[in-house]
Amino acid sequence: MLRALLARLQQGHRTISFPHGEPSLPDRFRGLPVVDQAKCRDGCRACAEVCPTDAIAADEHGVRIDLGRCLFCTECRDACPDGAMQYTAEYRLAQRTRDDLVLTGETLKRAQALGAESRRLFGRSLKLRQVSAGGCNGCESDVNVLNTVVFDLGRFGIQFVASPRHADGLLITGPVTENMQLALHKTYDAVPSPKLVIAVGACAISGGPYRDHVEVHNGADSVVPVDLYVPGCPPHPLTILDGLLRLLGRIT
Amino acid sequence: MSSRELSLSIRNGVAIGVSDIPKLTIGEFRDSVIDGVADGGRIAALFGRPVGERVGLVAVLAHHGSGTLSLCSAEVGDPYPSLTPDCPQAHWFERELAEQWNVQPQGHPWLKPIRFHRSYRNDQAARVGSNANGILPSVTDFFQVRGEEVHEVAVGPVHAGIIEPGHFRFQCHGEQVLHLKVSLGYQHRGVEHALINGPTKRTIHYMETLAGDTSVGHATAYCEAVEALAGSRVPARAQVLRGVALELERLANHTGDLGALAGDIGYLPTAAYCGRIRGDFLNLTALICGNRFGRGLIRPGGVAFDVDDDRVAQLLQRLEAALTDVTTAVRLLWETPSVPARFEATGLVSRADCEALGLVGPVARACGVERDVRQEFPSGIFRFAQIPVSTWQSGDVFARAYVRWLEIQRSVAFIREQLAMLHGAPTRVEVGPLAANRLVVSLVEGWRGEICHVAVTNVSGRFAHYKVVDPSFHNWMGLAIALRGQQISDFPLCNKSFNLSYCGHDL
Repeated sequence: MLRALLARLQQGHRTISFPHGEPSLPDRFRGLPVVDQAKCRDGCRACAEVCPTDAIAADEHGVRIDLGRCLFCTECRDACPDGAMQYTAEYRLAQRTRDDLVLTGETLKRAQALGAESRRLFGRSLKLRQVSAGGCNGCESDVNVLNTVVFDLGRFGIQFVASPRHADGLLITGPVTENMQLALHKTYDAVPSPKLVIAVGACAISGGPYRDHVEVHNGADSVVPVDLYVPGCPPHPLTILDGLLRLLGRIT
Repeated sequence: MSSRELSLSIRNGVAIGVSDIPKLTIGEFRDSVIDGVADGGRIAALFGRPVGERVGLVAVLAHHGSGTLSLCSAEVGDPYPSLTPDCPQAHWFERELAEQWNVQPQGHPWLKPIRFHRSYRNDQAARVGSNANGILPSVTDFFQVRGEEVHEVAVGPVHAGIIEPGHFRFQCHGEQVLHLKVSLGYQHRGVEHALINGPTKRTIHYMETLAGDTSVGHATAYCEAVEALAGSRVPARAQVLRGVALELERLANHTGDLGALAGDIGYLPTAAYCGRIRGDFLNLTALICGNRFGRGLIRPGGVAFDVDDDRVAQLLQRLEAALTDVTTAVRLLWETPSVPARFEATGLVSRADCEALGLVGPVARACGVERDVRQEFPSGIFRFAQIPVSTWQSGDVFARAYVRWLEIQRSVAFIREQLAMLHGAPTRVEVGPLAANRLVVSLVEGWRGEICHVAVTNVSGRFAHYKVVDPSFHNWMGLAIALRGQQISDFPLCNKSFNLSYCGHDL
């Protein structure tokens, strides 16, 4: 018992102050990609051509990046002959609609909160059932991490529950494989209405690297309506947490 | 004829001509594999590839004593005599063969789909156990025990925790589990099929997401395969950084597993601490490359990120801090009597079963079997810097936990030593085109155990075939064996002590 107490003392208090203060992210963190249009060369499609998921469109209107497909890999940045493509430390990437994930040069919006009635229902207590539908365990791991003392999801009234019948919504990861489609449908149907769906990661938004495989369905919104999209491969835990709190109107 | 004459002996990560592999009759092939395993070899891979209308079988045996791999091949029509009755290790491989290539291993004792997809040959529904209306996951016949008070418990695919989907069917007598059937395939994304004709711009991303918690392990196995096929020499600095990333991946996952094991028996201090410390190790990987899972770090020809002296100093300082924390947290496990009381004699796997099933990784080492790719089939930095193999004898949950703890300490020592003597050198070289008609076997000791990739190129230097064997592929059967005679309430504990990959198995 004494050892346990001494260990407790040694481990200290580790919960981050989020959403207050600046979060600590690694200096090489790959957050929101930005294109310096002044440096970007007309007619050059180097970034679009190397993109593994065709997330980048480059034409006379400039460069558009679909964050829903983006793996936040380094290929486009390394391929750009003019150094116009860079990642920033911006981690607040979640969006309410699929279209809002397509970057067209303007600043990225922040996800809007739910309507007043939904906020009244879910704002102070949100129970989620997680479904991995072909996820690689990357997104699942960084969702799970929200339950650790670092993020302490419980202090926001958000909890992952064991049964869809106890849940207010689903948090879906993975491209939705053919073999998980039925189970996902059944789990969705088992959640009482009104209900929310949150798609986490490039796979759950667009199929990710598995897009257009015959074995997958290109993401959660091919099967169920989605209320929040959290891009990344996998998204940083703070990106997921920020999205959840914005959805509930806890951060504005 | 001895088994050696019926096979070609090669080394990990050395490409050979496809035509050099001995082509045997199916009878000789069976003898070669069965005798090889009887002589202490282990099936690292056994797969089919299309050869005209027929199916070419290729077997890769790992010989632990000599550190060599032996290869042999045979062409079969349909059906062919199954290896499994004489060699239980072939069990899961032959189920995969039958499903992928629509061939019938005759005499296989339990032939059922493992991933529930259409076969690659003739595009047919796999005949084994699927119904005529299509392929529904886990719709197949399950082994059943009948009798008074015998009952069946079905779990999954959607589980209570935040984990991947799989279906488990327990045959129980009261609380006691008589048998567990594991039915997977829910995560099948068609990776191997998509790798054909590669490398493409997606290939490395398939590797990094084959099993997302093993991004570094699988990406390293892939890169070593293409480097062997292209004849590239990876700079020493890149090899060191790959080794460091691989051990950081092991540290994060082993720490997380020890925390989760503590959580499963309700010992919350260690569960809470290790959950957090796991993140500290992930953040060390992010310090190197910006991504907690090492995505974007391992690339053909080397690594895509370098570290300067400041970053090395920061890595070392944070590594020591994490080691201090994990040491305090994990010692509580061994020093709190109620913890070993729950770990000991739970989920037993005997050494004999481990050898017969060909289990790998910490699971095998926890049965006292010295089996570690880093030691026996080393590649990259592990050819020069050796990590002692960590074993424990008891084959239970305690052994699997304790082996992880031993490995945590040794991985930290390795990283400390490697980072301290990092030399100035390039971190990446260009990788040229892949040689035509070559085959390479690439083994890496991932945190779950042996990762085996076999790449075969065609006449134009593209992948004619690419086989991935995740350590989970070997070990799922081990979990089923560990559950025999256990209480069903111990399933979460036993399952976590294996912590196998669903997507790595399902591909």
